[in-house]
Amino acid sequence: MMGKKTVIPFGPQHPVLPEPIHLDLVLEDETVVEAIPSIGYIHRGLEKLVEKKDYQQYTYVAERICGICSFMHGMGYCMSIESIMGVQVPERAEFLRTIWAELSRIHSHMLWLGLLADALGFESLFMHSWRLREQILDIFEETTGGRVIFSVCDIGGVRKDIGSEMLKKIGSILDGFEKEYSEITKVFLNDSSVILRTQGLGVLSKQAAFELGAVGPMARASGIDIDMRKSGYAAYGKLKIDPILETAGDCYARTSVRIREVFQSIDLIRQCIALIPEGDIKVKVVGNPNGEYFTRLEQPRGEVLYYVKANGTKFLDRIRVRTPTFANIPALLETLKGCQLADVPVLILTIDPCISCTER
Amino acid sequence: MSFFTMAKTLIKSIFHGPYTVQYPLEKKGPFPASRGRIEIKIEDCIFCGLCARRCPTGAINVDKTESRWSINRLRCIQCSYCSEVCPKKCLKMDSTYTAPSFENVEDEYKNARVPDNKENNRNIAGAC
Repeated sequence: MMGKKTVIPFGPQHPVLPEPIHLDLVLEDETVVEAIPSIGYIHRGLEKLVEKKDYQQYTYVAERICGICSFMHGMGYCMSIESIMGVQVPERAEFLRTIWAELSRIHSHMLWLGLLADALGFESLFMHSWRLREQILDIFEETTGGRVIFSVCDIGGVRKDIGSEMLKKIGSILDGFEKEYSEITKVFLNDSSVILRTQGLGVLSKQAAFELGAVGPMARASGIDIDMRKSGYAAYGKLKIDPILETAGDCYARTSVRIREVFQSIDLIRQCIALIPEGDIKVKVVGNPNGEYFTRLEQPRGEVLYYVKANGTKFLDRIRVRTPTFANIPALLETLKGCQLADVPVLILTIDPCISCTER
Repeated sequence: MSFFTMAKTLIKSIFHGPYTVQYPLEKKGPFPASRGRIEIKIEDCIFCGLCARRCPTGAINVDKTESRWSINRLRCIQCSYCSEVCPKKCLKMDSTYTAPSFENVEDEYKNARVPDNKENNRNIAGAC
């Protein structure tokens, strides 16, 4: 029997959402039959700003697209300009970029795990996740000078070096982190209160994930082997990366993928510390870029696409960023269909939404 | 599926004591590399204006004729790009943060080497 349809507005302000996104949930009784998204609450026009700031100054704007994967936005932009100008980045700089990128992934996933615990109402788990994340933020502050916005990635390399003693210290901090983190993961993966809220919820089949263009952990939890790091940008070509895949496609699988990715990132940083060569960290870049380029790289939330078009002057023609959250919204709408209203917050969190990225 | 998985962590936390810094009693200083605020050694400044031209937010103003260097602290994003391009290395990134301020004013510095400005060689905006 068909129930009466009700529309419930969800967001833009909601306790579970750190950033504003609005969804109109069409409900039949307590079941969601359709979700209609609307975005645009925090559009800042950063892509337009490329006409006002020269291509070197824009590095700092690119970093501010997102507060969580700020380093990777700066890195994606710098890689695009370097490719257009044919600049070969020193090997040490590529390793340093990889280390910071993987630390960013750990910090982003820890933030997400905390938010998930918070959405489930598991306050102490939330606190412990963020307590561990603090160690990573301290590494950032000690090595780059900033906790969130690092300003270390520059066109032609990086602006700060990490000394061998600091690299050793990072290794030892990560050893302690891994020990404490593995204790917390047991709660996420085995505890009844977490499993009851996540297992079997919001199943996205492999076919649906492929057709809707899901990226990152969302796609990998549905069994699609897609990870841009395997394309070998920065120093990833020299590291051993095993893909992390799950096949269930539910919230539990997505949690599991992200949890295992943190261990993978720790492993990658250790490989970097072992392999990092001595040498310069930056080459001098002269002249202006002329040409266009697409860069694809893997952020914590999935694949980001950078399109940069330059015209030979110091101001770029166009920059376009396709962020992972934007690509995951169709998949989110698919998973929302048929779920209960009470599960909506957890399902929205499960794509790890970053709305400031999406709207730029 | 299991129960009381959090117990070990919780018991450890009870005996560990607070993980947070007990702020008023105990202060956590910045790391030496922290980017807090830009400091200028005005005696060495040649007022070339390179810092003002490179600043991504246009926070710095340089007036060569009056030997004046000023910075809007609220516009500065602490990227330390200016200190990198400074030919005389008179700009330095200090690790302590700027204190919160009530007014959006520019910190102004004038060069003491210019005789007329001797009296003005101070931070006009006050310590903010």
